[in-house]
Amino acid sequence: MRQTSNQLRVNTNSHSSSAAPATNWPLAARKAGLSLLVILGFAGYAYRDHFGITPDGAASAAPAAAPASAPAAPVAAQPEGPVSAAVPAASATSTTNSAAAQAYKDGTFTGPAVDAYYGNVQVEAIIQGGKITQVKFLDYPHDRRTSQMINNQAMPWLNSEAITAQSAQVDIISGATFTSEGFQQSLQAALTQAGA
Amino acid sequence: MKQTRLLMGMPITVEVIDPAVSAADFDAVFAYFGWVDDTFSPYKQCSAITRLNMGLLTADQAEPDVQTILRLAEQTKQETDGYFDIYRDGGCDPSGIVKGWAIYQAANLLRRRGFERLYIEAGGDIQTYGANADGSQWRVGIRNPFQPSAIVRVIYAGDAGIATSGTYIRGDHIYNPKSATPLQTDIVSLTVIGPDVYEADRFATAAFAMGREGITFIASLPGFEGYQIDQTGRATFTRGFERATHAVS
Repeated sequence: MRQTSNQLRVNTNSHSSSAAPATNWPLAARKAGLSLLVILGFAGYAYRDHFGITPDGAASAAPAAAPASAPAAPVAAQPEGPVSAAVPAASATSTTNSAAAQAYKDGTFTGPAVDAYYGNVQVEAIIQGGKITQVKFLDYPHDRRTSQMINNQAMPWLNSEAITAQSAQVDIISGATFTSEGFQQSLQAALTQAGA
Repeated sequence: MKQTRLLMGMPITVEVIDPAVSAADFDAVFAYFGWVDDTFSPYKQCSAITRLNMGLLTADQAEPDVQTILRLAEQTKQETDGYFDIYRDGGCDPSGIVKGWAIYQAANLLRRRGFERLYIEAGGDIQTYGANADGSQWRVGIRNPFQPSAIVRVIYAGDAGIATSGTYIRGDHIYNPKSATPLQTDIVSLTVIGPDVYEADRFATAAFAMGREGITFIASLPGFEGYQIDQTGRATFTRGFERATHAVS
């Protein structure tokens, strides 16, 4: 219910979320017994480690603890063609899913890496026909050290997989609201280059 | 018939398949969301929540729906071992429970008008009823948090609630109530499927505040399934989640 003055919207064309074919990844190796102990031990440590720190403020202001290495994207495939556009909606009056009204220069524009609390966020906007046709993450918050320790393990009552892009048609999309400040800043800068 | 409007700071989409639906039905649904925003927004000067926080109103004096939300928030706090808490910095912000509750109420407003095949989606949280335009289950994609134009999984839903919580995309909108600081987690997205969107949303919010252990909490709840994605693009999901990704005819 938070009012965001400059909210970014993703237009999800609900009947055409297409993406390249998925790549199958092997499931993580699962071990019982000893590994469970390792996980629980680590979870306890991670809990204390994560919740014991006192950062101060908004996503864009807090210092990033994680190194801003440029990781390989975990997504196996990019979507084909213009399947979405992000629209900076300055006023909350739009009721349609139309694409951005401004005419941008065609091309690929890279925003700066912006501190986004867990690490850096950097996006690239692809403009075709004067409209944003795709926004890619070149960098996003990432912490290999922590993640790799847990990634190869899974609880007995849980499964694990690497996420892969799906090509299926859908009616609706569920996802967190699309207004990360870091994302917004990097995208705005990319669009400035595209010359609104 | 399908409409999207921006209300409560987010796009809200309503689709009704039943042919009898009219523009007036959509107006009624969106008017309801407008009322919810006017009543529960902590950012509106005259809302009940603002007046509660300023001491101009006591919980006893508040209208019944406000009392309901305060009661549901307290109940959720107990059910989630304190991980869900609407009180912070001495103020009350029930946004975390109001959205799912409002979507559920709005969907039932349409049901009372006789409609059986519909969905309402607000800020990524969804209530579905009946079948889609093809007569099949509603196909709900889970957005790829790293590439918002793509999806990573498809859930098939009849009468169900689906909610996704994420800190990374929305900034620091979820707090860890136990340390009163912005949440630090390497989880970027947690999608919960539940009996309705009110239940899915409140448990998604609370489980997200638990960090990596959130999916374990969801696995412990009967009737709920979850799909959690971490910073590296690795997903952990409940055993029953797989069933929800296959269409039932």
